[in-house]
Amino acid sequence: MQRRTTLKAISAAAAASSVGALGASAAIANPNAPIRIGVLHSLSGTMAISETVLKDTVLMAVDEINGRGGVLGRRLEAVVVDPASNWPLFAERARQLLTRDRVAAVFGCWTSVSRKAVLPVFEELNGLLYYPVQYEGEEMSPNVFYTGAAPNQQAIPAVEYLMSPDGGSVRRFALLGTDYVYPRTTNRILRAFLRTKGVGTADIMEEYTPFGHSDYQTIIARIRQFAGQGVKTAVVSTINGDSNVPFYRELGNQGLRATDVPVVAFSVGEEELRGVDTRPLVGHLAAWNYFMSLQNPANTEFIRKWTAFARARNIAGHRERPLTNDPMEATYIGINMWRQAVEQARSIEVDRVRVAMRGQTFQAPSGFQVRMDDRNHHLHKPVFIGEVRADGQFNVVWRTRTTVRAQPWSPFIEGNDRRPETPQRTR
Amino acid sequence: MSGPTTPFACRRHLGWCLLLLCALWSAAAHALSPEDAWMLAEGDTATRIEALNRLAVSDSPRAHELIRALAREAVQVQSQQVLIVDNGRWIDASTGAAVDGTGAVAVMLNNRLRNALELSLAVLDLFDPDPVRQQAAAQRLRESQLTRPDPVLAGQIERALSPPYGQRLAAPARQALEQAQAVVWLGSADAPQRVAAAQVLAELAQPLVRNRLAEQLERESDPAVQQALHAALASIDRTLALAEVVRQVFTGISLGSILLLVALGLAITYGLLGVINMAHGELIMIGAYATFMVHALFQQFLPGWFEWYLLAALPVAFMAAALVGALMEHGVIRWLYGRPLETLLATWGLSLILIQLVRSTFGAQNVAVVSPQWMSGGIEVMSGLTLPWNRIFIIAFAAAVVIGVALFISRTRMGLFVRGVTQNRPMAACMGVNTARVDTLAFAFGSGIAGLAGVAVSQIGNVAPDLGQQYIIDSFMVVVLGGVGQLAGTVYAAMGLGVVNKFIEGWAGAVLAKIAVLVLIILIIQKRPQGLFALKGRSA
Repeated sequence: MQRRTTLKAISAAAAASSVGALGASAAIANPNAPIRIGVLHSLSGTMAISETVLKDTVLMAVDEINGRGGVLGRRLEAVVVDPASNWPLFAERARQLLTRDRVAAVFGCWTSVSRKAVLPVFEELNGLLYYPVQYEGEEMSPNVFYTGAAPNQQAIPAVEYLMSPDGGSVRRFALLGTDYVYPRTTNRILRAFLRTKGVGTADIMEEYTPFGHSDYQTIIARIRQFAGQGVKTAVVSTINGDSNVPFYRELGNQGLRATDVPVVAFSVGEEELRGVDTRPLVGHLAAWNYFMSLQNPANTEFIRKWTAFARARNIAGHRERPLTNDPMEATYIGINMWRQAVEQARSIEVDRVRVAMRGQTFQAPSGFQVRMDDRNHHLHKPVFIGEVRADGQFNVVWRTRTTVRAQPWSPFIEGNDRRPETPQRTR
Repeated sequence: MSGPTTPFACRRHLGWCLLLLCALWSAAAHALSPEDAWMLAEGDTATRIEALNRLAVSDSPRAHELIRALAREAVQVQSQQVLIVDNGRWIDASTGAAVDGTGAVAVMLNNRLRNALELSLAVLDLFDPDPVRQQAAAQRLRESQLTRPDPVLAGQIERALSPPYGQRLAAPARQALEQAQAVVWLGSADAPQRVAAAQVLAELAQPLVRNRLAEQLERESDPAVQQALHAALASIDRTLALAEVVRQVFTGISLGSILLLVALGLAITYGLLGVINMAHGELIMIGAYATFMVHALFQQFLPGWFEWYLLAALPVAFMAAALVGALMEHGVIRWLYGRPLETLLATWGLSLILIQLVRSTFGAQNVAVVSPQWMSGGIEVMSGLTLPWNRIFIIAFAAAVVIGVALFISRTRMGLFVRGVTQNRPMAACMGVNTARVDTLAFAFGSGIAGLAGVAVSQIGNVAPDLGQQYIIDSFMVVVLGGVGQLAGTVYAAMGLGVVNKFIEGWAGAVLAKIAVLVLIILIIQKRPQGLFALKGRSA
């Protein structure tokens, strides 16, 4: 056993150093060669509804950075691959980006299951992944920077809001999700959190559906039943991908209104609601760290850039109706912070960029100056709760005054208090 | 249905509101001050609700108009002025004068305010001349009373029911108010009144009512009332159980109708012609994309007729899929008759080509197909049981398609040829039937049916290039389970699978249901490889 681990370590180190050496030699050979960055988002399959625009956001940022003279005087070149909502394919494509294309950093993944699939690859090859989506926490890899929200920056505040008088003093919760690691872990955290707030097990219902599920009749009828007991009930939805379209359609068709049973969603933004008639959904909620409807100069500028880019690139849907959303903002923050870190480190070498990333700040479209934590690889972000409007945008009904530090190791999961506050390799 | 929880203060005002409304029915109009309007439009939620309750009890029509406008989210503000938007024009909320509101911003609402607004509106609408509005208002008050009984509101409901106001209420509104009243009577000191309450509430089969009755039963000591409560509970339980069964059967049939639609085309191409068509799902996808195209054309060129685009989409989807099917048969499948393995591989290849073709044309992302108005919403058949219109229409559509196919196969000359060719090809050929032409036409017909299925699935799910992939397994499951070569078997299998799936889902969740159904099918196929309803014949 000992020997095997040692062998593995040696081979990994050898692989890493050889890649590093090759990268370095390539850079030395041609100091003006473009810097490659990888884009690892599903452009087909069930997650394409959410992930395609993130690819375009990276391309927009690349154009913008190149327009300003690139990074370290070198142009950026995006290498786009399509892992097709297929988790093993994510790992394969990640390996390809790191070994064949030798990218300096990768921007990608949406679902936690895809991130878990690529994590060993990034750790083995010492790559750098910028992950732009809210997630369940319980992870802190030295090879990943998490620019989306941890549970205490999204899920917990949302549930607290529901329990407040303005949120309807909810005391009964239906936790609804797609069947994979993010919803299951989030709901585990929420369960523990609700217990501390005095919500009993009988007042929590948990239900999961497979990816791509499209028949929500039974589940919505069950929610109706669960909610009809005289205690104010809300649905907490961690449904991901294009299942949200049939889910919200069915919700509207069965006449379950927000004033009766509000639904707060953690993975539904402006983009996911595009194909849905939002008129029956007015008042349902979403918790994010950014909404398109926020009014501030940074956001106006961000929307203007996106609109121009979408028109110029003829991006389907967005050329007529440009939309921005939270993961797009997080992607944009991620790539800009990477650029700042590279400029500061004067190098694209992963180990030096990682050090330079700590404490980076950026004036985000959310209107706040977000900061990369000095230790935990997560952002300090503001939290917003928005209500769906008839036009598919969100009205902010609650917000934090300042940015919130992420707690990737949720205090509501046992044993997390003994976890180190700095990133450790998973294996 | 769960009712709202609003602060007690709001409820108390509500009671007064009713009292005043009843007492001052035709009082003189009072003005709405700009300050009051502003308080309702802006500020923190508690203050706004306070203003709302104050304005609702005022007798100012302007105030009521503002409340109604707020409820339909048609209120905007600009520089201390509250505006009501109506058809793109602005009027000042307090004076009613037309003003220019360019640059005004919409006021914000949250669910707490919406709830308070709904209650205020219910009070305003209770004596509306329109009986539908009356009924909705009465039901809203009943719901509020059921969630949290309030003695002041109860007193006012009693007053509203008694003459002279009671005469203004239409029967359904009256009934709802009586039920609201019964909630309070349930706790009265007078035993006969409690019995009467139990009898009235027995009519209202809602889980919430059941809870209230059960609570009362626990503390009840009078045997007569106990008996009445038991009877009411039993009646509600019966109705609820019936509603549950109806719901499960309905959702089962609804899923079954989808399975039937997607499998019916395959029942013809695979069942009758014996072609293992792995590209069947893609024919459904082509139907769905044809619907999308028609939808887009209507949106662009015939927006006035948009509601009816589905009718135009039916022939287009049928013809598009049939054409692709005919080309497939003519170009590839015809050369592979009698070689099932090669057919399987070739059609699988065709399916990949079709997916990629659509992906390159329309993009990899889902396209949005908006359902027409008449397909959205639902009908409440029993309390707590809403059947969505789109599901109802799809069930009816599936039935119509099955009947159409059955008539085509059994009654038309072409159908006769198809049956003849599939049963005995050489003999049919000897009788002068052009078997090659029959093959092409029958395959095109089956493909067209798949196209029709595409129209239906575009209304309930997502339309994406790989849409067919999620239906191909289901379709084969249904056809194999039902027995190859049998249309009736396909119908039974689809409905059976739908109902069983939904039954297990209601009990074990969607993920387990999917697994359980697959295991079940494996077991059945093990036991009866020829399917549930195999043709009895020499070949079987």
